[in-house]
Formats: sequence, C-alpha cells, structure tokens
Amino acid sequence: MDVKLSEQVGPYFGEFGGRFVPEPLIAALDQLEATYNLARKDPIFKAELAELHRTYTGRPSIITEAKRFASQFGDVRVFLKREDLNHTGSHKINNVMGQALLAKRMGKKRIIAETGAGQHGVASATAAAYFGLDCVVYMGEVDTERQALNVARMKLLGAEVIPVKTGSRTLKDAINEALRDWVANVETTHYLLGTVAGPHPFPTMVRDFHSVIGNEARAQMLELTGKLPDAVAACVGGGSNAIGIFHAFLDDPGVQLWGFEAAGDGVDTPFHAATLSKGVPGVLHGAKSYMLQDEDGQTMESHSISAGLDYPGVGPEHSWLKDLGRANYFGITDSEAMNAMRLLSQTEGIIPAIETAHALAGVKKLSEVLPAGSSILINLSGRGDKDMETAGRYFGLLGEK
Amino acid sequence: MSKVSALLSANRASGRGTLIGYFPAGYPSVEESAQALISMAKNGCDVLEVGVPYSDPVMDGLVIQQATEKALEAGFKLPQVFDVIKRVRQEIDTPILVMSYWNPVLRYGVDRFATDLVDSGAQGMITPDLIPDEGAEWIQAAESKDLDHVFLVAPSSSDERVKTNADLSSGFVYSVSTMGITGERAQLDQLARGLASRVKQSSTTPTCVGVGISTADQVREVNSYADGAIVGTAFVKAYQTGGLDALTAKTRELALGLG
Ligand SMILES: Cc1ncc(COP(=O)(O)O)c(C=O)c1O
Repeated sequence: MDVKLSEQVGPYFGEFGGRFVPEPLIAALDQLEATYNLARKDPIFKAELAELHRTYTGRPSIITEAKRFASQFGDVRVFLKREDLNHTGSHKINNVMGQALLAKRMGKKRIIAETGAGQHGVASATAAAYFGLDCVVYMGEVDTERQALNVARMKLLGAEVIPVKTGSRTLKDAINEALRDWVANVETTHYLLGTVAGPHPFPTMVRDFHSVIGNEARAQMLELTGKLPDAVAACVGGGSNAIGIFHAFLDDPGVQLWGFEAAGDGVDTPFHAATLSKGVPGVLHGAKSYMLQDEDGQTMESHSISAGLDYPGVGPEHSWLKDLGRANYFGITDSEAMNAMRLLSQTEGIIPAIETAHALAGVKKLSEVLPAGSSILINLSGRGDKDMETAGRYFGLLGEK
Repeated sequence: MSKVSALLSANRASGRGTLIGYFPAGYPSVEESAQALISMAKNGCDVLEVGVPYSDPVMDGLVIQQATEKALEAGFKLPQVFDVIKRVRQEIDTPILVMSYWNPVLRYGVDRFATDLVDSGAQGMITPDLIPDEGAEWIQAAESKDLDHVFLVAPSSSDERVKTNADLSSGFVYSVSTMGITGERAQLDQLARGLASRVKQSSTTPTCVGVGISTADQVREVNSYADGAIVGTAFVKAYQTGGLDALTAKTRELALGLG
C-alpha cells in the first residue's frame, strides 16, 4: 500500500491498461518493452536524450508567470510551463526524441505515427529528418483540413501524410490505420505512438519521456516561489502533456491535479470529447480505460473544435488517477476554450494552441475551488500558429477571401 | 469434446480438408447476412464464422471494413448477432463461431455473451484482439459453457507464445498466414506453412490458416499442411460484386479445393 503513485508502471494501472491487440503485434511490443527497459537504465541512452533535449529540443523550457491573465480571475497566481517554446512548438517532441532513439536501437528504419492536431506528426517528421528515417503519418481527413498548415510542415520535412477516410476521419481512425500498417510491416517499422494511450509499454514509456516537464517545473516552482504550486493543470486528449506535468507531483498530496477535457458543445450534449467525465471503462486501441462508447460497445464519435483533444479514449493511468480520486477531470466547452485562447493572447502576448486553451480556461474553475492566494501551474503544451485558420474563422479575423 | 475440433480431425482423417467461411452479421441486413451464411454452409463451408461489426476493426482490410461499416450504418445492434445465428440454425447444423473484437463483448458482459452464444446455437468465438494473456475471464466463461475459445498465432509469435496460444485455444488455433492485415494475397505466404508446422510441433490443438486465401488451389494447399482454410475477404468481395449468387458461386469454387 505504501508504493508511491509515481512508481507505478504498466502493464496495469489498477484495472486499466494491458495489451488488447492482435497477436501479430505482441512480438513488436515485447521487443519495444525490452529495448526500453534496457535503455531507461543505460547512462549512455539517458545522456544521449538529455543532450538532444539541450541542443535540439531546447530544454529546459522556461516558466512564465502570467500576471495580467491571472488578474482576470481574482486572487490567484498563474505560472505557465512553456512547452510551446520547444522545437516544433509543443510538448510532443519530448516523447518523439525518446522513441526515435529507441527505433534506432531496434534497427528500425521506418517510423509511422498518427496525428490529430498535427503536432505529433510534425515532431515525428522532424525526428525522422534528423535521424534519417522514413516517416509515414496517418491523419484523419477532417484533421488534414482543419490543421492544413501542419500537413504542409510534415510534407516539407519529408514525411508522407496519408489522409484517413474511414470512420469519423479523425484521430481515432488515424490510430486504427497506423495499427493496421504496423500489423503489416512490424518487422521494419516502429509505431511512434504520440500519447499515453495504446497497449503496454506505450502508456508507461510515453509518460516517462514526458515526465521531464513536471520534473523541471517542480524544481522551477520551488526556486521561483519557495513552495510547490497548489494546483497543477493541463489539457487532456490522450493525456500525454497532462501526465508529463502531473507525474512529478503525484506523491505531493498538497498539490491538486486537474485535467481539462474537451466538452465541445457541452458535456450534456452528444457533441463532446469528455472521456473521463462522461465515458465508461472499455477497451480501445489496445488498452482498458475510460472511453466514449454506446450500449453495444461501439466507440462513439467525439467532437471538439480542437483536433488534438478530439479523441473518444484516454490513457489508462488517467483512468486510474480518476478512480483513485488523485486527479480531477473537468470539461471545457469550445467557446470557453476559444475565449481563453484570445484572453491569453491579449493579456500575455502568448498565442496558445486550442488544445492548451482548454487548460487555460480551467483557471476560472480553479479560481472558484482554490483558496485565495493559490498558485496554479499550467502546462502550456503548445503554440497556436497551427490554429490560425480555425481561430481566424471563429473570431472573424480573416475577412473575405 | 469440441464439435469443431472433432469435425476438423474427421475431415483431415478422410483427406478431405476443411473450409471455414467468414461473413459479417448485419451486412447488408440481418436477414440477408443469415441467408448468405446459410448458402455458404449449403455450398461447401464446413464451419461458419459470423463477424460482429465493430467501429474500430484494426485487424480487417478495406473490403471487410466497408462491409461492417455498412452494417453499422444500416443500424446493426449487437444482440442481432444472436438473431443471425438462430436464423442460420433453423436451416443447418454447421458449426458456428462468432468473430468479435473484444470491447463489444466486454460491454455486453462476458458471461452474458457466452450464455447467449450457447442459447442461440453457436459453438464458440474467435477473438482477434484478445490475447490469452488478457483472456482469463473469457476462457473461464467459455469453458464453463463448453464453448470454443479460438486465439491467434502469427509468424512473429515466439515459439513459446505459439505453444501457449495453441494450448489455451480450443476448437483450433487461428494461424494468421501473412504478416499483413486481412485481404487477398496472390501468393499464399510461405510463412503460413512454417507457422502451422510450429503449432504442430508444440501442441495437439488443431490449426486453421486464415488471411489471404482466395482460390481453390490455396484452399487445397493450406489443407495439405493445416487443419483448415479460413476465407473471409474473398467471400465478402464476391457478395459485394454479385450478391448472393456470386457468393454461392465463390463458395462452390473454393470448395473444389477440398479433397
Ligand atoms: C499542443 C497540444 N496539446 C495537447 C495535445 C493533446 O494530447 P495529449 O493529451 O496527449 O497531451 C495535443 C495533441 O495534438 C497538442 O498538439
């Protein structure tokens, strides 16, 4: 019972996790797990990754106190962990560099990835260019349209982008297609999964690669304020940026953890992606976790203005933290997120990704539940350049074309 | 004793071989899928595999994906898989295995699903995304009701997993013949032969080879080293292009590969 929450590793997080995948993939998962287990204890691997982060990713990322933004919400202090300043513009690169090094160790020359917002696809295409690997990115057709800028980035980086036309034509279907590719090409290909979902070892491994966010931020907050923050918050799609910043604080009981999911039109409408708030446990994409499903176990389509959060599943560790009561999850609507995007832009001069804006919108909720004078640490998971088309249309900034 | 494995060994002993045919429930409608399965049984399939349409079928190629997506669009509801089985049972006593991804079963309730399989007249279930390592609850439910639980082995499976998955399967163990997802392959993979022989060396469970079979020659070839040939995409494709008549013709054609 005294095991620290932060020491929990897969395949299971309580009743969640596991490996619910077709047998042809098991050998690849075993190989990945074995390679990762050696690498994580190998000083050479650790030094290699740290050096890449220092000289290429741009780590450590800084912390910015958002004073003008915070003043809109009464007596709170808001600190932003600036993952948007990483190379390629989001937290996604932390995991990608780690897995690309593992792909090299396994002698795999081809990587495949799924992407929603395109940030993970861009990071993967970037790593492929850097390491000289072939790269194929699967992206739902709907997302190739709403994140067209990132499609162009991936192509310029030399990746092949395959629009996925099946199912809801979003992130969920991109993962299906990537899994099919992997089943067919498992000998030569590494599936560079972009979040903490999927079969073991992905949820544990991807979390570990992102835990650098929270490890840095915890030390930075202690140095900056002399104490730990009262709450740590992040947006939750699959859950990678959230678990990355939560992880260092899991065993600090005084620190509240808040994940903000996409509530789309509202959690009480059929049009949302609030998996933890409204879902039930089930099996999707290789793991048992909360998910949006109907009474027949068919996955339901999620809805969000944010491509990166538009996913009806979530990583198993979040399901576990929810059931334990260690983390809280709360839905943010499209319009709340878009307003927060504009607010941060106009009070701090920082344009966040629409995904990230969900965490920023959560400050309103936190200011209601936290005592006066509380400090809130937010994972600013990505920058909003990719979202200018959506934001321009939403706010009517583009004029007539 | 499993009805399916008894049939497989009888067919093997007589040198005939076995043809197992897949068709998705609810495609294009519940009644038409039942009629398709009945015709497959009457024209040469020894075992029927009834697919459960699922929103995220990661083991299926485009042909089956499109068919199951159509079934779902037409309003297929999970309990209708049992209606299909009952309907088929009214006409024939060919063994029936359901093929389902795991989440619909989990959501329905594993025990309840097993009970309804028995009550509708099915002999067991193939679980493409449930490995035996995660399958304790299903194995227990199936064994308590005398249902076959068919797991998969793949060319990439270690010898140890080949043995375990075969030993933990009943009826047969499903050898996935190529590395690829289901779909036709012009040439049946050498890998299938190697895989089937690894099963034979390590386990007494029969093995049937699936994925990629579309000609009578391939049916014959597979039956020369395995206990049965599993055909899905070729049947669904025939139905897509020419309806029940084309499906019946395709079944007869493939059955020519039996001795
Ligand atoms: C900037 C940004 N934040 C968050 C996410 C959501 O993913 P996750 O929940 O895995 O952090 C994405 C996904 O595309 C993203 O691009």
